Amino acid sequence: MIKHLKIIEYALSSLLRRKTKIIAIFIAYTLTVATLASVLFLTHALKTEATHILQGVPDLIVQRILGGRHDLIPVDYAEKIKDIFGVSEVKPRYWGYYYDALTEANYTVMGAGDAALELKLLDGKLPATEFECAVGKGVAALRGADYSNELILVNSRNIGVLFDVSGIFQSDSSLLTNDLVLLTNEAVIDFFGFEPGRATDLAVTVQNSNELQTVAVKIKKLFPDARPITKRELTRTYDMVFNWRSGMMLTVFCAAIMALCIMAWDKATGISAEEKLEIGILKAIGWDTDDVLILKFWEGVIVSMTSFLTGLLLSYVHVFYFDAFVLSTILKGWSVLFPAFQLTPSVNVLHIFTMFFLTVVPYIASTVIPTWKTAVTDPESVMRG
Amino acid sequence: MMKGKIFFGVIIVECVLLAVLLIHGRIRYHSQDFHHLEAKRTLVSQLGLTDYAIWTEARYTRHPSQADFFSAFQDFPAAFEHFPAGGIIAPPQFLQGEVE
Repeated sequence: MIKHLKIIEYALSSLLRRKTKIIAIFIAYTLTVATLASVLFLTHALKTEATHILQGVPDLIVQRILGGRHDLIPVDYAEKIKDIFGVSEVKPRYWGYYYDALTEANYTVMGAGDAALELKLLDGKLPATEFECAVGKGVAALRGADYSNELILVNSRNIGVLFDVSGIFQSDSSLLTNDLVLLTNEAVIDFFGFEPGRATDLAVTVQNSNELQTVAVKIKKLFPDARPITKRELTRTYDMVFNWRSGMMLTVFCAAIMALCIMAWDKATGISAEEKLEIGILKAIGWDTDDVLILKFWEGVIVSMTSFLTGLLLSYVHVFYFDAFVLSTILKGWSVLFPAFQLTPSVNVLHIFTMFFLTVVPYIASTVIPTWKTAVTDPESVMRG
Repeated sequence: MMKGKIFFGVIIVECVLLAVLLIHGRIRYHSQDFHHLEAKRTLVSQLGLTDYAIWTEARYTRHPSQADFFSAFQDFPAAFEHFPAGGIIAPPQFLQGEVE
């Protein structure tokens, strides 16, 4: 134990002699771990949140597909779907997209249906008349609706419609409601000029969740132009979107791993003349090969553990306290309205262990292996270079 | 042994900080924020929301779960993806050979 403590003391002195190089490695290593961990923390938190909150989505959404595109669905379909055994409720949903030329942003305009007038995450109340609306925090901020309490939108007949803002969704719900403009169903039908008897899609409630797939098959059989989307498909979409194997997340992940590999490779392919000389002197003054290897092992542990823990701390604070401001710029894309990520901290401990084995172990190995090659060589030839 | 003590001090402080953050996160998850999750779930079920409002640039990025199969190729088959968000969303599972 005392021997190891003394070797650690020596390892620290040795590292401090190569201060500039070690600081550079520490910064690169910490940033790599922080990037990797941020991606994993963010995607895991978004996925966990989606799994929890999307439990409330309709059991089945029935769309109509025409010419390969989503088309308005006849509300009559609802009656026949209601007759299917196991279906307890069918509600038409009225919604669409609105491009606001003024702010160059897209809004989602949606009918509130028969939702309860007051919601916990809504400051104010849901629209009760055709000229009232509730808006998301993003829309309110972009259009100054939180000050004026008014919102003018141009309808499908190119006529400006003035809505009174009856409620604004709290920022806690921005991930769901940031771009939302909520009207009454009648107001949405009139605003978009939907044909009478048509809805955007149908929300179906099934009593027994085990029968969902069967009901979906029956609907498809009954209406060949219908496309039923089950709750499971819906939640799995977000499993896929925020899976670490998905698109850009994988790119960021690969870039970080590659950076670490290059660093480890650089270390593994050889040690500097200065380090060789140090090993030679240590051997010449009586250190065993074992002692030299222990020394290099501790040097690796000191650098990698400090960087790994610092990287983890930085990423945690970045994702859960600073709303992932660096990663969100990558995620943002072309969205004009982009919600703030106020995520509920949720960390998979397995991810931390995986990162540990992906980053710390290879680094220590790449520190010890080249040292072993040098340490088994005759000290005199090592010192002569 | 001064340097060693400082090193172990730093490691212990970092471990304690990490543990505190993780425990604090866990507490937040099960207390106040848990109710927010409940409130969000109510919001989703009351309004019939289906997707996160993250990418508002196109209909298939705003509502990935509701997009039709041709959304990403709306101009012509194998057309280049217009939006950066399309690069984040993974292809559907049947294209990855993971048929249910």
